[in-house]
Amino acid sequence: MHKSECIAMLLAGGEGRRLGVLTKDLAKPAVHFGGKYRIIDFTLSNCVNSGIDTVGVLTQYQPLVLNRYLGIGSPWGLDRRGGGMHVLPPYVRSKGGTWYKGTANAIYQNMGFIEGYDPEYVLIISGDHIYKMDYDELLESHKRNRADATIAVITVPWAEASRFGILSVDEDDRVVEFAEKPKQPNSNLASMGVYIFSWKVLKEALIRDEATQGSSNDFGKDIIPTLLEDGARLFTHRFDGYWKDVGTIDSLWEANMDLLEDEPALNLNDRSWRIYSVNPNMPAHYLSPTSSVQSSLINEGCVVEGTVNRSVLFQCVTVGEGSFIEDSVIMPNAKIGKNARIVRAIVGDGAFVGDGCVIGSADAAEIAVVGSGDRIEAEAKLEEAKS
Amino acid sequence: MKLPLMGVINLIHETEDMGPLTSARCLATVPFGARYRLIDFVLSSMVNSGMNKVAVFAHTKYRSLMDHLGSGSNWDLHSKQSGLFVLPPSIEDQSDFGKGDLYQFYRHRDYFARSPLEYVVVARSHMVCNIDFAKVLDQHRARGSDITVVCKEWPEAATGLTRKAKLDADGRIVDMQDHFGRLASDVVSMEMYVLRKELLLDLVDTSLAQGKDHFVRHAVMPRLGELKVDAYMHEGFLGVVNNIPSYYKHSLELLDPNVWNELFFEPGPIFTKVKDEPPTRYRAGSSVTGSLIANGCDIEGRVEGSILFRGVKVHKDAVVRNSIVMQNGVIGEHGLLSNCILDKEVEIRSDQQLMGASDLPYIALKRKII
Repeated sequence: MHKSECIAMLLAGGEGRRLGVLTKDLAKPAVHFGGKYRIIDFTLSNCVNSGIDTVGVLTQYQPLVLNRYLGIGSPWGLDRRGGGMHVLPPYVRSKGGTWYKGTANAIYQNMGFIEGYDPEYVLIISGDHIYKMDYDELLESHKRNRADATIAVITVPWAEASRFGILSVDEDDRVVEFAEKPKQPNSNLASMGVYIFSWKVLKEALIRDEATQGSSNDFGKDIIPTLLEDGARLFTHRFDGYWKDVGTIDSLWEANMDLLEDEPALNLNDRSWRIYSVNPNMPAHYLSPTSSVQSSLINEGCVVEGTVNRSVLFQCVTVGEGSFIEDSVIMPNAKIGKNARIVRAIVGDGAFVGDGCVIGSADAAEIAVVGSGDRIEAEAKLEEAKS
Repeated sequence: MKLPLMGVINLIHETEDMGPLTSARCLATVPFGARYRLIDFVLSSMVNSGMNKVAVFAHTKYRSLMDHLGSGSNWDLHSKQSGLFVLPPSIEDQSDFGKGDLYQFYRHRDYFARSPLEYVVVARSHMVCNIDFAKVLDQHRARGSDITVVCKEWPEAATGLTRKAKLDADGRIVDMQDHFGRLASDVVSMEMYVLRKELLLDLVDTSLAQGKDHFVRHAVMPRLGELKVDAYMHEGFLGVVNNIPSYYKHSLELLDPNVWNELFFEPGPIFTKVKDEPPTRYRAGSSVTGSLIANGCDIEGRVEGSILFRGVKVHKDAVVRNSIVMQNGVIGEHGLLSNCILDKEVEIRSDQQLMGASDLPYIALKRKII
């Protein structure tokens, strides 16, 4: 049997309902981000860069695109003998099987997988967040505190604290109170949804939670509060880098725009902490003599003949002559015709925007969205977000 | 579908005059087209044609070659049944290095003998093209040729060093001469030879027994009368890249979007070693036109009619014009490059100017600081 000190369980079943037309065929972790990546690339790369070589990826909602993307984990160096990456969808047992009822239930249903590696510790992460984090530091602090569970936390503005799971701690960073989305927060330390558990403790908690009537089988709502009530050693580990939940159109757009800062808080160019992804293997991009590109990110395979300003272009996007793109995110394989105007918009992958179209505007309240694979015929105007 | 065709990319004594660009690497791994190495074009063509057994006969300076090819996984050639075979020269003493390629074909004959595939294509690494070998094999079989040589009608040629071929009305090759010969013909050989494996092994043994050791010069060219040697005419883009003028000329040809589309996508994509660089960052004030830019670059200055490889930095107020900057090059503030080729990791300090001529680009050696 292969023994791992710490293995990761990555929750990747998120539906991403609030991303609307961008997640109609795919799970949230598979949503495109940053000109080249999908959201899940960040957590997978964090695992590899932190020295974790065994990752179970729990999939549920719309898994086809995600499964195909993940393959056997080679792009992240996770096609390993012994450990490596394993996709874990819900499965049928002799006594029937069920859909994953909640985050904790998803882990409960895969206890056999975890036991197969006989780990001391289990890292629970989700494929919904953009951040770069060394999980080894989290593990070290977990060991140092002789903790049962360690929760990664980030300081959020007080005004936004009621949107998160909020933790109050004592002077040793031991958790004294946990409140899920409190109306009157007592602290501004928010849970990042990144946990390390000592496996013995988690296993027991999962079994108990499963037997509890009326539990929602959720880490934030059930497992953590119960452990806290029982006096378990729960500690926080502070993280002060860039962390973003890109669960809405606005936050997805904002997180992409964040990358265009002069010194972005999320540095994609750090060669000691590369973000790996499935490489499209396309030729270098071509900027024609009529192009003008400023303050933007452009990926391989693009052909730009127009003007691109403060925007992110994924692989194989074409922008026709005379077109103007500003403050926008154009996802892979989107084709933009000539003399189109796209401002404050997200254009989904494989979408087609015909000649002379106008998408979004600088003073619109909402980000305009063209859904994946949609065709916007020539001269059309789309200035409000599609529902 | 798998073709009954196995590949040899023959790097032994490749004709080249690349000066500093091959001082520490073989011709096959000269960086080309913003993110590729020369060998990627023929290797990807073979894979896209449905071939899954390819050997690279390495000869000298092959460290970069081994590093680049790895297990072959980037070309989908990391297979259990066959895949990629990088075969370094099998030599007994130094003098063996001077011997012709047939000598190494003989030493590597197990590679051929162990395969059930009926045909072999022997190619070189410096023909920049995108070609379907299935069509070459189709013609080879349909015409009952003994050897099919991929050729191109190329009247403007003259830049790279190529063999010329003279055809009769039926497309049979009646004369062929090395690049320095006086043969007048618009047809050049792309140095890709399709033949039955049995015939190849026969030619190897027979030629060596006759004291001859060059495949094309000694085994093919003297037998144009006795064997049916036909030309297959390649219609797509071709760059014969084996000297500095041809390297510079064919590189800049990629700035024509039609060439870009044809070479990189038709009939199949060109693969290379994956580098996991982020998208290129254009900063406020940058101005980039008519250029080919790879991933991982960081551009604040002006770039015109140039090719930037992965990870190049062009600082504020720097100008890069009609130049090729290879991987991780840095152009400092107010730096100026015109008609230059910078090998990998060259740094141009602030305010420095480097100018070559359009017919004679300035070349900076790898890791040079100017």
